[in-house]
Amino acid sequence: MTDTDAQDQDTTETPQPLPDDTEINLQEIYEQSRVQEVFEDLDRTLVGLKPVKTRIREIAALLVVDRVRRDFNLESGAPTLHMSFTGNPGTGKTTVAERMAEILHRLGYVREGHLVSVTRDDLVGQYIGHTAPKTKEVIKKAMGGVLFIDEAYYLYRPENERDYGQEAIEILLQVMENRRDDLVVILAGYGDRMQKFFTSNPGFRSRIAHHIDFPDYEPDELLAIGDIMLAEQSYHLSEDARTAFAEYVERRMQQPHFSNARSIRNALDRARLRQANRLFQRGGTITKGDLVTLTADDIRASRVFDDPVDSA
Amino acid sequence: MRITQGTFSFLPELTDEQISKQVKYCIDNGWSVGIEYTDDPHPRNTYWEMWGQPMFDLKDPAGVMMDLDECRKTYPETYIRIVGFDSTRGWETPRLSFIVNRPSTEPGFGVVRQECEGRKVRYTVHSYATDKPHGQRYTG
Repeated sequence: MTDTDAQDQDTTETPQPLPDDTEINLQEIYEQSRVQEVFEDLDRTLVGLKPVKTRIREIAALLVVDRVRRDFNLESGAPTLHMSFTGNPGTGKTTVAERMAEILHRLGYVREGHLVSVTRDDLVGQYIGHTAPKTKEVIKKAMGGVLFIDEAYYLYRPENERDYGQEAIEILLQVMENRRDDLVVILAGYGDRMQKFFTSNPGFRSRIAHHIDFPDYEPDELLAIGDIMLAEQSYHLSEDARTAFAEYVERRMQQPHFSNARSIRNALDRARLRQANRLFQRGGTITKGDLVTLTADDIRASRVFDDPVDSA
Repeated sequence: MRITQGTFSFLPELTDEQISKQVKYCIDNGWSVGIEYTDDPHPRNTYWEMWGQPMFDLKDPAGVMMDLDECRKTYPETYIRIVGFDSTRGWETPRLSFIVNRPSTEPGFGVVRQECEGRKVRYTVHSYATDKPHGQRYTG
């Protein structure tokens, strides 16, 4: 009964520490928090990202143990939960942040579990005195949930010493320190630029407990991602289209501005466009099969196939 | 004289935790939450100063409490109230409003009698605090 009590405990009463000899089943607490569902969802919808998933599981384990320690009245202090997600574009940072909010909510570390996703424009104002209210507004909306700052390094512009970004940074740092119970901040961006950002703003680095690096996807992972995306929209690749697409992915990865899953999504969107066009131009009648199938031609019409492969 | 007005006028002062729960109630009902302050607590004075803008789209009362703390720090010797405004068509009015801060001393109200034609007397209430100019009324 001990662990169920711990969960239902009303915050208005001062919780009694559990007796020292109470036995607690960690597994049971873990199951009660239904975090497992989020992990299963994560495994199902996000291909690859092994190191990220492992890190998140570790964090969740730490949080469960921390909560049990609190029930025993052991000193553990409010854990710092602010995180930084670094990785190339399209590696799933935003998606994982959403799941992270859900996990923290289920474990009882944020009250509402919503994700407020912002960039520099939402925090930094246009003129003197505009930034502070703007930043505070965003922070107030994110309270009780997770504030996700995408491309956080844009907040800091060393080339312009009068840049208002600094003001937003100071307010953020203050809130990250004083309002740790109310708000979890996740900073995200490309690895090398985040590194530079942290070097020039040491305050952020020290206030962030978990640095998670998102690796690039492997070609076969990208193919799997493409399959999931198509399945969500009730499309599928024909047999030769699949071979063409595998080739496409390989070629696209060699080219500049490759942004992992996002490039895949764009490529498939364009393939759908071509498929619709093809169906129109063919005229006559079509079947359901025609509507859901992307053929090799739809894929191979891409500009990516124009260049010979070895020139890349 | 302890001035009472608004939704919980019959209750003792709410604690911050209770305030926070009332704010949560407003948020859950989709009302915007505003913080207002004044040094003229006459019951007919409905126009209090606004502390920032009314807050829409909040999920959690912590943001309101943060603003309230700032307002209390800036104007410790004023009346501060929290207003839950319902913007749905047909209501468009404050649905809930309660005092969350008051000056340390409240001089209260006196009755003012005005002699009129005949032997008619008109009565009204007058706040002693407003005898002093704005900004010097409640100095603690």
